[in-house]
Amino acid sequence: MIADANLPVIFAGLMALSIIVYAILDGYDLGVGILLPLNNDQQADQMIASIGPFWDANETWLVLAVGLLLIAFPTAHNVILKALYIPSAIMLVGLILRGVAFDFRAKVAQVNKHRWNQIFKLGSCIASASQGYMLGSFVMGFEASFIAYSFAALSALGVTCAYALIGSTWLILKTSDDLQLRAIKWAKLTGKISFVGILAVCIVNPMINQFVFERWTTAPFAYFMAIVPFVCFTLLYIGNLVLNQLPLKDDNGCWLPFLITVVVYVFCFCGLAFSFYPYVVPGELTIWDAASAPESLRFILYGALIVIPCILAYTIFSYRVFWGKVEDLRYY
Amino acid sequence: MDDVFLLSRLQFAANISFHILFPSITIALGWFLFYFKLRFNISGHPVWMRIYRFWVKVFALTFALGVVSGITMSFQFGTNWPGYMETVGNIAGPLLGYEVLTAFFLEATFLGVMLFGIHRVPRWLHTLATLLVAVGTTLSAFWIIALNSWMQTPTGFEMRDGVAHALDWWAIIFNPSFPYRLSHVLLASALTASFLIAGISAYRIIRGDNKKAPRVALKTAIFVAALLVPLQIFVGDLHGLNTLEHQPQKVAAMEGIWETQKGVPLLLFAVPDEKNRTNHFELAIPKITSIILTHDPEGEVRGLNDFIGEHPPVAPVFYGFRIMVGIGMLMLVIAWFTSFKLIRNKRLSKSLLYSLIGMSFSGWIATLAGWYVTEIGRQPYLVSGLLKTSDAVTDIAPENVMFTFILYLSVYSALLIAYLHTLFLMARRAVEIEEIQPEERLQQKSFHNPVNPLNTNEGALS
Repeated sequence: MIADANLPVIFAGLMALSIIVYAILDGYDLGVGILLPLNNDQQADQMIASIGPFWDANETWLVLAVGLLLIAFPTAHNVILKALYIPSAIMLVGLILRGVAFDFRAKVAQVNKHRWNQIFKLGSCIASASQGYMLGSFVMGFEASFIAYSFAALSALGVTCAYALIGSTWLILKTSDDLQLRAIKWAKLTGKISFVGILAVCIVNPMINQFVFERWTTAPFAYFMAIVPFVCFTLLYIGNLVLNQLPLKDDNGCWLPFLITVVVYVFCFCGLAFSFYPYVVPGELTIWDAASAPESLRFILYGALIVIPCILAYTIFSYRVFWGKVEDLRYY
Repeated sequence: MDDVFLLSRLQFAANISFHILFPSITIALGWFLFYFKLRFNISGHPVWMRIYRFWVKVFALTFALGVVSGITMSFQFGTNWPGYMETVGNIAGPLLGYEVLTAFFLEATFLGVMLFGIHRVPRWLHTLATLLVAVGTTLSAFWIIALNSWMQTPTGFEMRDGVAHALDWWAIIFNPSFPYRLSHVLLASALTASFLIAGISAYRIIRGDNKKAPRVALKTAIFVAALLVPLQIFVGDLHGLNTLEHQPQKVAAMEGIWETQKGVPLLLFAVPDEKNRTNHFELAIPKITSIILTHDPEGEVRGLNDFIGEHPPVAPVFYGFRIMVGIGMLMLVIAWFTSFKLIRNKRLSKSLLYSLIGMSFSGWIATLAGWYVTEIGRQPYLVSGLLKTSDAVTDIAPENVMFTFILYLSVYSALLIAYLHTLFLMARRAVEIEEIQPEERLQQKSFHNPVNPLNTNEGALS
């Protein structure tokens, strides 16, 4: 039997897991959307084919993350989404546009395909930027000040760029020839911007956020926080070196940039999460304040412990089915 | 506050009305696809694969619209109705959570395999993926209807400090109205999908499609409809009796009964006047409502005046119910008449085909009307007897809600137009495309024989 006081911690962990899985998985397919070239329909087709079998399931992780927030921390769900009412609505419209554009463009072959490509790109950019904006305002505790808005705007750019980075490394993994070369270029550029972005957050965040400053400078979190930027910068540097060498013979190492980016994502996310833990609304609500009744959490937890491994298993199965370089997307 | 209340209700109604259109197709279309795939596996006849390929694309498009409009819903619980999760979050949360965990991932993941994996996995695995997608959409309906039914007829909980706490999950999920509502909704989906398949197939035939696929699809769909409409009427009747037991005020509004009385007539038509608490222009058949509801011509039915201040607005419930039942009857007539013709191997006349095209989206109208009856019929409560809708609403600035309302409304209208346009465009494409094998074309040229449908490649559109 799990003690009542531990349940919020477990659910915070599950929520963190689904957020980071979402950021990685939907991150790459949003990134592919952000990068979608409007001047080369054949490459656009290939890029979209590379995410075709996955994007529906990727987006489901967002539903799970928001769902876990709603289920486990309903008070926080109310506070957060009320504060982010307009940006979240704009993000939803972005997700709606790209989701349907994906399907419409395949159905209305040749007629309006270019228009749907534009909408797909636009929707991806809107969704990514608003997610970044929401992350920024969350970090700033939903302050209504110029500094907070600027930080949120910076974060919008940062997240868009980070998604473009993981999207381009995904393309390096899944494509070949011209498109792969193009993806390598994109990855180099977005990798550098991400480097600057992470550096900016590392400097700005503790400066404008008292809570974060204390957290980053007090043991035991301080040790971990000292490692995070170091690891990220080293990895991004190594990533850049790898990108300079690609493509190699027989496409060796095409998976390396993607893997490196995933590790950077995980470290950045952990850094951020531990900056605020145990607060689920910075400075206002801890996970214990916001948690639902233990009997409800327990009911969902037992199910989750059985179902989540299954989800992971068939997600891996689906990636194995579509392993290797992308082929033309055909419904038959 | 009133503005926010009205706008939030309108926005939620717009969102959920738009959303339900798509699951109401995909829940049953998934099972149709599984059936088509099975028929192909068993008979090896390519016509089944062609039907599968055409409808799997419709499924993909419809599913995508359902997913994206569904994500919006999960946000609105928190943004516009914070009082809902504060009061019943302990019940609603886990049910929604199980929907995500057991249904959403299953359907979304295997949808990828079903759509794009046919050449990458063995045939049985592809069939299994099709089955799992259908199971996923149905499980999704199971959980969300469990929650909705619990909001109508809450059981298995206790209130502590104004917050609902779960006592018995079995009683919560299998609450009194759940089995009836779930069957009613699943059958509604089956009918929606059947009439869509029949309508689009009829459209293809009218546009000169001589291939076998649209005719076989039409036949399958109409037979399914002919069997299920009577079942739906029966289940609907049981559902009504269940509502009478647990929510008599809803039934009173559905039937337009103001005073508690015996030997209640059935109102075929009337104009309910809530101000004066009476009906105008009544067109009634004596005693029928009493017979339907109590199985006794002199049975007593409670009227709205017993529930003053606690009953829903009458007109939308009253009209919604008549629209739903009216469409149900129309479905019965058309499905049986068409089946009769098909069984006797008669050619379907042009006017019948046009009626089928006209009925393509009849399921949508009936589904929406039915949902309006049951949801408006629960007002003024959000959760029957526990939480009034007006107590759950947000205190966000009205102009913000106005902004998002207009935003959603414009996006949704555009998408609905694009969806319908694309559906008919796909049908027209399927008419034109006839990728006949070269040897067949030769045969066709020399003998003017009808094309052997065994080797055509219709449906390979993308």
